[in-house]
Amino acid sequence: MYKMPKYFHSVMLDPDKCKGCTNCIKHCPTEAIRVREGRARIIEERCIDCGECIRICPNRAKLAITDPLERLSEYNYTIALPAPSLYAQFGPRVMPHHILGALLDTGFDDYYEVAVGAEIVSNALRRYLGQKSHPRPLISSACPAVVRLMQVRFPGLLEHIVMIDTPMEISARLAREKAIRERGLKSEEIGIFFITPCPAKVTAIKQPFGDRSYVDGAISMSTIYGEILNRLESPRTKLATSRSPARGVGWGKTGGENHAIKDHSLLAVDGIHNVINVLEEIERGGLGDIDYVEAQACTGGCIGGPLVPQNPFVSRVRMENLLKKLSAREEQFPDTVDDDFCLLTKPIEPRPALKLSDDIDRAISMLEEVEQITSILPGLDCGSCGSPNCRALAEDIVRGYAETSYCIFKLREKLQQLAREIVDLSHMQPPAMGREPAKSGKEGANNESLE
Amino acid sequence: MKLEFVIEGMDFTRAGEAAAKIKKALQLVGMEVETVRKSVIVAYEAEMNIVIHARSGTLTARVYPDRVEIEAADEGPGIPDISLALQEGYSTAPPHIREMGFGAGMGLPNIQRSSDELHIDSKVGIGTKLTSTIMNRTSGV
Repeated sequence: MYKMPKYFHSVMLDPDKCKGCTNCIKHCPTEAIRVREGRARIIEERCIDCGECIRICPNRAKLAITDPLERLSEYNYTIALPAPSLYAQFGPRVMPHHILGALLDTGFDDYYEVAVGAEIVSNALRRYLGQKSHPRPLISSACPAVVRLMQVRFPGLLEHIVMIDTPMEISARLAREKAIRERGLKSEEIGIFFITPCPAKVTAIKQPFGDRSYVDGAISMSTIYGEILNRLESPRTKLATSRSPARGVGWGKTGGENHAIKDHSLLAVDGIHNVINVLEEIERGGLGDIDYVEAQACTGGCIGGPLVPQNPFVSRVRMENLLKKLSAREEQFPDTVDDDFCLLTKPIEPRPALKLSDDIDRAISMLEEVEQITSILPGLDCGSCGSPNCRALAEDIVRGYAETSYCIFKLREKLQQLAREIVDLSHMQPPAMGREPAKSGKEGANNESLE
Repeated sequence: MKLEFVIEGMDFTRAGEAAAKIKKALQLVGMEVETVRKSVIVAYEAEMNIVIHARSGTLTARVYPDRVEIEAADEGPGIPDISLALQEGYSTAPPHIREMGFGAGMGLPNIQRSSDELHIDSKVGIGTKLTSTIMNRTSGV
């Protein structure tokens, strides 16, 4: 079903662990999962790698493909790009320079804090929002799950996305340029690895929105967490210098992006289903009074990512306390770059994964069929058929990926009808049977005449 | 292909549902992005007009390969002066509706802006029937 290996996905299924329950299909924001033959199947072109299914799966059958630390050996020179959310994963006294020191001890040759890139992007955004020619409200490009959600479900709003690249990409480019400049390295000798809180970023690296990604790999925060934790204790680990600008670090949690932009009328929304509600409102022509929408797929922002080890409510406090300490420090100016440096190279294209048919006449008659089938389904949205709700089942039936009998209620109805028919049939008799008990007179006469 | 929804006046909690369902249907059909965008605005504003002003009404979307027709018919107060109602900022919504953030006098102007054709028939004291046509233009043509 829905076969098309056109897209890379970080989110995958472990078929051995999947029990075929219906938890994930009901939480997927793009209705991208079906259960078939007792296993969840992900519909490639619809999946946005948000990781909601990873979070919800009780059997840990959904996983994110990330790069192993062994990949560092492929390069002569490696640079770690820690996401700001990494700083909130440790105890209250652990500061960024401890964590960065531990990263170097893990095997990286250098690091470039994404918080620094975030600071640069914040400055570029502030000026970008000042230009009145852009549609309102503008929408952040930072969360790749939100951007892909829009490609699939809100293509009409893609022009609202700011044409500014993400802190991760900006940081990678600056880190690469620095290594080339200061170390005399060739670009291909340098391996840049993002320490990621989510699968969405992994996909953004392997299948970027722009022409290319400047990041070479992504290492899961939960994979490297233990490595860092051990080294924090080790006397061998040296402290590293951290620039960690408070405003850039704040990007790791909800509202941080807006806080860093400061000026203008700004809205922050987190949690993919809340994001959908806000996008629907914009789509209806609303929120024209808002300049910028910071939208993050994960509740709490990146610290709520599916690959972070710490409880997001704990890490929120840790981050808030860290931000207080960092903002008390002297203001540090990040690398100065031209605003043009931050611009995305090409517009983000829609991903029409929902249409029933390429032929519009056919699609309309299929839609009619969907409506008709939906009206006879029970409307309980139980998910036992393997589709997320009755309407989705109707769509699947019309697309040829399911049958009405997948609905256990319709199946029961059919069985009842069949049972009644069987009873009715059992009362019927072939002509050779069912003779009334013999009446001696007349039949006797017949017999006689044959003699 | 026809989709029909019954809209109750003053039912703000469900307002927008019909427009959302119309959008979903148009995406399934594979209508152009711009056609879907305009249709959602027309459907939503027309739905809100019924919710705000009328006792009840129906919202109907007819889907054709080359266009979408959205019809909103209600039993309500009617519009005494349609050209006035089409002016931006003109509103007859009572203060308590405006306090909810609705009734800014942009409903009909928004509908007009997003429609290729718009007909409004209204009888004061009886009701209003609005028919909007949105052409499905292939992008790049």
